Amino acid sequence: MSKIEVVMPQLGESLTEGTIVKWHKKPGDKIRKDETLLEISTDKVDSEIPSPASGVITKILFDEQKTVAVRTVIAEIETDEASAVVGASAPPPPDVRKDKPSAAEKAPQAPARPAPAAPPAPAPAPGRFYSPLVLSIAREEGISMSELERLPGTGEGGRVSKKDLLAYLDARKHGTVPPVQDTPSASAPAHQASAPRIESALKHVDSGDLVKKYPAPAHEILQMSNILMKMSEHMVRSVQTSPHVQAIHECDMTAVDRIRRKNAAAFEKREGFKLTFMPFICDAVIKALKQYPLVNSSVEGDKIILKRFINLGIAVASENGLIVPVVKNAEEKNFTGLARAVNDLAARTRTRRLVPSEIEGGTFTITNFGVFNTTIGIPIINQPQVAILGTGAIKKRPVVINDAIAIRSVAYLTLSFDHRIVDGALGGSFMNAIVTHLENLPEDLVI
Amino acid sequence: MARELTYIEAISEGLREEMRRDPTVFLIGEDIGEFGGAFKVTRGFLEEFSAERVIDSVLAEGAIIGAATGAALAGLRPVAEMQFADFISNGFNQIVNISAKYHYRNFVPVPMVVRLPSGGGIRGGPFHSVNPEAWFLHVPGLKIVAPSTPADAKGLLVSAIRDPNPVLYFEHKFLYRHSRGEVAEGLYEVPIGKADVKRTGTDLTIITYHAGVHWALEAASALAEHGIECEVVDLRSLVPLDRETILLSVRKTGRALIVHEANITGGVGAEIAAIIAAGAFEHLDAPVRRLAAPDTPVPYAAPLEEAFLPNVAKVREAAERLLAY
Repeated sequence: MSKIEVVMPQLGESLTEGTIVKWHKKPGDKIRKDETLLEISTDKVDSEIPSPASGVITKILFDEQKTVAVRTVIAEIETDEASAVVGASAPPPPDVRKDKPSAAEKAPQAPARPAPAAPPAPAPAPGRFYSPLVLSIAREEGISMSELERLPGTGEGGRVSKKDLLAYLDARKHGTVPPVQDTPSASAPAHQASAPRIESALKHVDSGDLVKKYPAPAHEILQMSNILMKMSEHMVRSVQTSPHVQAIHECDMTAVDRIRRKNAAAFEKREGFKLTFMPFICDAVIKALKQYPLVNSSVEGDKIILKRFINLGIAVASENGLIVPVVKNAEEKNFTGLARAVNDLAARTRTRRLVPSEIEGGTFTITNFGVFNTTIGIPIINQPQVAILGTGAIKKRPVVINDAIAIRSVAYLTLSFDHRIVDGALGGSFMNAIVTHLENLPEDLVI
Repeated sequence: MARELTYIEAISEGLREEMRRDPTVFLIGEDIGEFGGAFKVTRGFLEEFSAERVIDSVLAEGAIIGAATGAALAGLRPVAEMQFADFISNGFNQIVNISAKYHYRNFVPVPMVVRLPSGGGIRGGPFHSVNPEAWFLHVPGLKIVAPSTPADAKGLLVSAIRDPNPVLYFEHKFLYRHSRGEVAEGLYEVPIGKADVKRTGTDLTIITYHAGVHWALEAASALAEHGIECEVVDLRSLVPLDRETILLSVRKTGRALIVHEANITGGVGAEIAAIIAAGAFEHLDAPVRRLAAPDTPVPYAAPLEEAFLPNVAKVREAAERLLAY
């Protein structure tokens, strides 16, 4: 019999913490290897975590709704297998399957392989004890738990003492904060690390204090979810990082619409899902990005990082919040491949079956606010990218063609771009390429 | 004008001057008259105040306490002496059941003082070195004081004599001749129930009394050379405890070390630790720790007594460990 420690898994390279949503077992319960032990939520995905071993749950160390740093021990299993600190394994990527249009079917997954024993956590160690005084000060100063967990401590066992915390606050005030140890992002690929890592702009406010200022029943106080907090932070940071400029182009979608209607039935029969405008737009974007590679880059100080791959992010509004799954290596996909990839990602976003690597590493993002009937939108860049394309609603409008008035399906496409490196000429040219491509698709296009 | 007296001289002076001021104050104890007291606190008193006011009692602590209680009820102000604090156990019933409870039952005050020479470090062995204050902490109706300096010793004795309640006055035998300090002339009172911050600091609070104050101050000086500033709170009174001063200090420093010579289990330190846990929980950056003698009788052999008693080095080490937490 030996003890296995289950730790909070690191589901994505830039993730540093996870929230326990639901325990499926309690102490004393038997569990089989790969049986679901708990569900966790991170700022990007929710995930079921399978047990790394078979045995009996001996300890559950954190309650539901608690947020803990990755690699924190969260449970213990008594097992016959050899003892080790085993990371609770993240579910493997699901097979890309045909989805029935209406069903939200779970794709069957290959059996989970246990993760290799986690390396000894570098200081600051996860699961450190914070004294009442340190927590009081952190609360008063609006320092989040995740911020606290990254601070080096000079107390016993690397504990953050009051002195350490006050020193940090002082350094932060004077802008001399030393680079904090953030092991996950240290190993992240360069294009992820390019955005300056600014600490959470969100100050925790105690609802007890708010209730006096905003009394019920006239007011209701809600706690922002993790995803919402991360979205808040990202949006503020993006605007602070990139000087946003927009180029709005009118696009005659009539040709696209004709092709779509002509092929809709056969496509749906063949693929099992509806043919939308999105694959056409993705296809046009990819071609334009190949022509204007600077729009598919990121910024590091005084350097521009050009990417020789296109990871296309498609914004999806899910009930959890705004999520942007990414089609990796979209430049390799043909029309059908794009259509399948976009459909699959959207479906799995809505059923919360995305794998963390699927929401990372994007080089360009498309957001379709036309579905909300928005005519023209001004989107915010998805850092660390340098541009984002927003597509408005397609509406029939009178337009002038060859000095005559015709009724055409028209959409307004907005490119928000980072004027640190993309200027109006480039932005305009890039958009012209997209519009030209879409407006000139041949009617007999085979898709 | 201030001059230096030893701890024992300050006690004698306070006693003498209060007896001169108030004719109802009288003394009762073993060997205090002709012999001048086992430690010579009352040398010359018989000659000055006569046998009526300096009573050589029988060797029976119950009788001493009982007689003092009766005299206090009759309107006098007795200062009884236990030759060694250890012997209070023979007068235990009188103290806890009569002296402490009388006023609750009959509304008649019991303005008596019991002087108790306590403490070790004098090779007195298990029956002559005890610090029994914790036994009485637990008895409602008594006040308890424990001065650490000559100035406090005189002032607290005066306050104790003037207090209408029974007051146990613990005087530390080792400090008798090892503690010297400035003592103001004339009569003055040190308020009962008020602690004294003998040294201010920001890094750690040491809460203590009696000999512990001296160990703490010396350890604090040594630590100050390394940039650590300890605050030393001299309780002076054990009942009532000055909770306000204790909590204010711990909230300031976030770390509390309680030091006393009495055995650790159930000692005064345990009560103080509970007070701190309840009143300063969110201000604590480290657990509340106590440094005290182990749970054995006081040894007689010198090396054993040295190992048994706290001292400057032990206080310093305990402080350093708490600071490292």
